[in-house]
Amino acid sequence: MLKDALAAAVVAALLALPLLGFRLADSQQGLSLDYRFAWVGYAAAAVFIGRLGMAFAAAAFSRVFQRKRQTLLPLAGRPSRNRKIVGWLLVAAALLLPLAPFADRNLIDKATLLLIYVMLGWGLNIVVGLAGLLDLGYVAFYAVGAYSYALLSQTFGLSFWLCLPFAGALAACFGILLGFPVLRLRGDYLAIVTLGFGEIVRVVLLNWESLTNGPNGISGIQRPSFFGLPFLAAAPGRTTFHEFFGLPFSPGQRIIFLYYVILVLALATNLFTLRIRRLPIGRAWEALREDETACRSLGINPTRTKLSAFALGAMFAGFAGSFFATRQGFISPESFTFIESAIILAIVVLGGMGSQIGIVLAAILLVGLPEWFRDLQQYRMLAFGGAMVLIMLWRPRGLLASREPTIRLAADALEAAPQTAGEAAR
Amino acid sequence: MLTIRDLHSGYGRIEALHGVDLDIEAGEIVTLIGANGAGKTTLLMTICGKPRATEGAIRFEGADITRLPTFQIVRRGIAHSPEGRRIFSRMTVLENLQMGAVVADPRHFPADLERVLALFPRLEERLNQRGGTLSGGEQQMLAIGRALMSRPRLLLLDEPSLGLAPLVVGQIFKIVREINREQQVTVFLVEQNAFHALKLAHRAYVMVNGRITLRGTGAELLANPAVRAAYLEGGHTPAAETGP
Ligand SMILES: Nc1ncnc2c1ncn2[C@@H]1O[C@H](COP(=O)(O)OP(=O)(O)O)[C@@H](O)[C@H]1O
Ligand SMILES: [Mg+2]
Repeated sequence: MLKDALAAAVVAALLALPLLGFRLADSQQGLSLDYRFAWVGYAAAAVFIGRLGMAFAAAAFSRVFQRKRQTLLPLAGRPSRNRKIVGWLLVAAALLLPLAPFADRNLIDKATLLLIYVMLGWGLNIVVGLAGLLDLGYVAFYAVGAYSYALLSQTFGLSFWLCLPFAGALAACFGILLGFPVLRLRGDYLAIVTLGFGEIVRVVLLNWESLTNGPNGISGIQRPSFFGLPFLAAAPGRTTFHEFFGLPFSPGQRIIFLYYVILVLALATNLFTLRIRRLPIGRAWEALREDETACRSLGINPTRTKLSAFALGAMFAGFAGSFFATRQGFISPESFTFIESAIILAIVVLGGMGSQIGIVLAAILLVGLPEWFRDLQQYRMLAFGGAMVLIMLWRPRGLLASREPTIRLAADALEAAPQTAGEAAR
Repeated sequence: MLTIRDLHSGYGRIEALHGVDLDIEAGEIVTLIGANGAGKTTLLMTICGKPRATEGAIRFEGADITRLPTFQIVRRGIAHSPEGRRIFSRMTVLENLQMGAVVADPRHFPADLERVLALFPRLEERLNQRGGTLSGGEQQMLAIGRALMSRPRLLLLDEPSLGLAPLVVGQIFKIVREINREQQVTVFLVEQNAFHALKLAHRAYVMVNGRITLRGTGAELLANPAVRAAYLEGGHTPAAETGP
């Protein structure tokens, strides 16, 4: 145990030497190097103690861990009701959030951002969590949605709500476009191709200047209106939202409105997924994730099944992208880099691959907390990475890993069946 | 019902079937026995369209199905319980059975479910349990039950006895006979467990290295000295199989 901890400490010291040991500082003569070898010592000591502590804890709790391992494949059962309650509590909290006394503009803004990621997580969950198709280029569809709204509204003057279905449909078409060449691929190979696809879309947006205005992006994108009533202090020739309702003007109204729009969009995504899981197509996605050969031998058309997963997953990214564009009022290719795909995928994986509530929790953890902990400054990303490693150690299969059955016979129907018959026969 | 003529098939450039001829009549149980690697699984999979036949023809109820994609072959009334069972382990037993019924009319589902559960009462007790938590025998029952949910006229079974205790094998073969007799499903059974399979079969074929070498009624092949020497007396002796 001691040896193991010492080895870990040495590795930590070696790693910390370049990371923590030197620091560039501004001084009168330009840049100079500060040496902070004490920090390297602290890091090594912390790792030594931590490793030792973990070893002791593992020894003490070994019995608990063993029990956990045995229940890796739990029976379908209890978690269902708890999850339902947690789900409804989360929905209620989200609905009431803007009314809370502590809800300032900043908080609502951050909650809106969080909900965008929740929606993207739920959308990607269709592709990755249900159909089991590892997609590393999901941000491409988000970009397609954002640009199609921005361009449609600027070129034709269409409103957000009119553009939304178009943006979704266009993103879905891109989903099918990506789906066709990757139909035969699985796992790592699929991941590589989708990664490339995401980059292609970004590079096209960057270089097709006549359409997308290249790296400068598109600005002045139309803000959403409340059934045609704009959120403006004054609009010549039009009634504004605050005039219509006889309220004093406040910029917070738009923020709250945007918050509710994304809440509705996200909940619609969730509702859609919950419903489709019970339909043959949704069930086929989940079966496809487990065993494609078995699916084929049951008469499922894998081509159609995969393409529909890509298309529907992409559609929700398209909706989210449109919302992003209307919220920001400005988009550029910089918002659609690979790191976004990675974060969304991390949310799905961390949430437990397929669990809707798990995704909310993971989004809060991965997007919400880092936003609130901006005070940590340079250590923010360190804490982020550390948290992720800890979670994967603690729950290697995601926060909520057990899959919820889509259908369940009533408990009394089961109890009526002679439960002891099986044991008696043996 | 199923007619196979001069069938060649394989994986890439490796040919595994070198001209197979085989017939199955409606209402029969036909057994195919052969050593490991003979090409039994390849034959069943080729009937289902993957891998595709490189030469020869497969006709089902008079129609040529050689070039159809798998899902369309299944829709014509052939169900395949694949080697190694391949049940969906994260899904519950009930969901697995639902997956079997994707090609059937949804209105038939309750009646079909009842029919399958009557055949396999063990599954009824475990409807809400995940497939992966079932015992080997129960998983095999689920694989057969799932295949039956598509209301097939021809059922292809690939080594249902693989890895099961003799007692369970006996149960499963009894149910296969029931499926054939009472539900009028034609059965094509592929087995290494030759003794049980030949006793069950109306007619049987022996496959060696991708070719059919012997054919006859089940009883004929059971009595055939070459079959006894190759498939029955090396470990699979009748005495050991019928023991308690
Ligand atoms: N996926 C595959 N790719 C290449 N060769 C295969 C594959 N599956 C089986 N084979 C080969 O085809 C031959 C027949 O195998 P198989 O049909 O599985 O035999 P059986 O089911 O009778 O044990 C064997 O020589 C095997 O090595
Ligand atoms: Mg085989």
